[in-house]
Amino acid sequence: MSVTTAPTHPGTAPRVTVSPVTTATVARSEWIKFRTLRSSWIVMAATVVAVIGIGSLVSYFTNSHWSSMTQIERLRFNAVDRSLVGVNLAQLTIGVLGVLFISGEYSTGMVRATLGAAPRRLPVLAAKALVFAAVSFVCSLAATVVAFTAGQSLLASHSVGWGHPGAVRAVFGAALYLTLVGLLGLALGFIVRSTAGGIAALFGLLLILPVIFNALPSSWNNTVGPYLPGAAGSALWTLRSDGNVLAPWTGFGVFCAWCAAALVAAAVELRRRDA
Amino acid sequence: MIEARSLTKRYGPKTAVDHLDFEVRPGIVTGFLGPNGSGKSTTMRLILGLDRPTSGSVTVNGRAYADHRAPLSEVGALLEARSIHTGRSARNHLLALAATHRISTRRVDEVLDLVGLSEVASKRVGSFSLGMGQRLGIAAALLADPATVILDEPINGLDPEGVRWVRNLLRGLAGEGRTVFLSSHLMAEMALTAQHVIVVGRGRLIADVETSELLEGASSTVMVRSPEASELRDHLASPDVTVTSREAGLLEVRGASPEQVGETARRHGLAVYELRVESASLEDVFMTLTSDSVEYRAASLDGSAA
Repeated sequence: MSVTTAPTHPGTAPRVTVSPVTTATVARSEWIKFRTLRSSWIVMAATVVAVIGIGSLVSYFTNSHWSSMTQIERLRFNAVDRSLVGVNLAQLTIGVLGVLFISGEYSTGMVRATLGAAPRRLPVLAAKALVFAAVSFVCSLAATVVAFTAGQSLLASHSVGWGHPGAVRAVFGAALYLTLVGLLGLALGFIVRSTAGGIAALFGLLLILPVIFNALPSSWNNTVGPYLPGAAGSALWTLRSDGNVLAPWTGFGVFCAWCAAALVAAAVELRRRDA
Repeated sequence: MIEARSLTKRYGPKTAVDHLDFEVRPGIVTGFLGPNGSGKSTTMRLILGLDRPTSGSVTVNGRAYADHRAPLSEVGALLEARSIHTGRSARNHLLALAATHRISTRRVDEVLDLVGLSEVASKRVGSFSLGMGQRLGIAAALLADPATVILDEPINGLDPEGVRWVRNLLRGLAGEGRTVFLSSHLMAEMALTAQHVIVVGRGRLIADVETSELLEGASSTVMVRSPEASELRDHLASPDVTVTSREAGLLEVRGASPEQVGETARRHGLAVYELRVESASLEDVFMTLTSDSVEYRAASLDGSAA
């Protein structure tokens, strides 16, 4: 170890060539960051396992216990929904993954290196969102397609095919929904900057808010309930549901608006606040 | 070249950096000295645009850091607080940073080699010692071959060999014409490394001078050994002269020249076995310079507690 190996000398051509920082170069950096953390793949694997495993288990037991099911249970049964039921759990793991993608940088201090390399800041948010959305959608779609296929084969005589009305929409919609929940988690992570806080905020929005509205007078709940993030997003990938829900793409649009609002808030916070 | 103009940062009621004006010139190591909490780290965060100044400005090579198209090639920084994800390997950490500026993989391996981390490059950073973490931070700082290098307490946690390595590295970097800005609370280290020092206390500029000048201006101590020390002490004492003693028969005289001490002894017929001048260390100078601000801090803390 000696200084004689230190880099360039002034006046001579620099030995290290650099390019301007753009959202594209930051996205490449974010992809490296995502794939080089073991936790990324553990949580992503948990998400995929939740979608496929729970869907398959529930489909298997639905088929094996069909004879003991009540008439009402049989009426409420939908083969597509049954095979995708794991998405309800998977939304929590992928949401956590979204939070962690940025909160892990705040907790370790990595964010200072990240913003030091991309001090304009907004490219960091854009790049993280792009990379996360791409990886999440690919993994989620693989999971929902496998869950549907496996679930239908396990449902045996009670199964439906890809031609069933809404089946393709539900399978693709569930993958889109999971991707957006992850982005919502990412945005919340940027806003609160802590893992615990981000997860609390995400679960509050998805799980607690509906419970609170359920306790309010039903006229309120019926009016506002369908517009809450979880209910609105689920409209796209749930074929049969109780109570009032928005039309599939309307609901999805509302959920997109929730996520967009969170991302805009994240962008404002990222620009405005000290790192 | 780093230029701060009336740079000010307040966090709520606390003023961390208070109208700082300074320039860090290329080609030399400039030390940034101050007691803990004097605003050194905040100033470095302001230079990098991590925090926004409340008022005033700071530029790097004529522009705000964030306005540079390839900022890592302008400034490489090692911040005091670790800026590395513990779950990633050293090499992957550098690869991720390199990707933002399309810096080659070859360069990543080069800086790993430069800081002596090649063998542990694929180990998770979480398993690194403090010293290895510092080396990785320095590798990240040098990644894009920056014209300016900022290091906040770089020798913290390094073993003696590492300290010497950093010292040589810094001199080498400055020798290549780079701007090197280095903060430390270790004054002795500064005396060895920095040609120029900027001293801050409570966020304010206290001194901005050549290191040698700072040392020259410091009052020195006359050490005098005498078998009749207590008598000599009585004769020396005056409002301008302070005499202390840590050891029987050895007096430390401040405020008088060795000639004055010698003359006094001769006048009163006192034997002197040893008479020498001990130059003030940078540490002493620093303590004197910053004592006001430190005392003020303590007082204000008492006040708020009451």
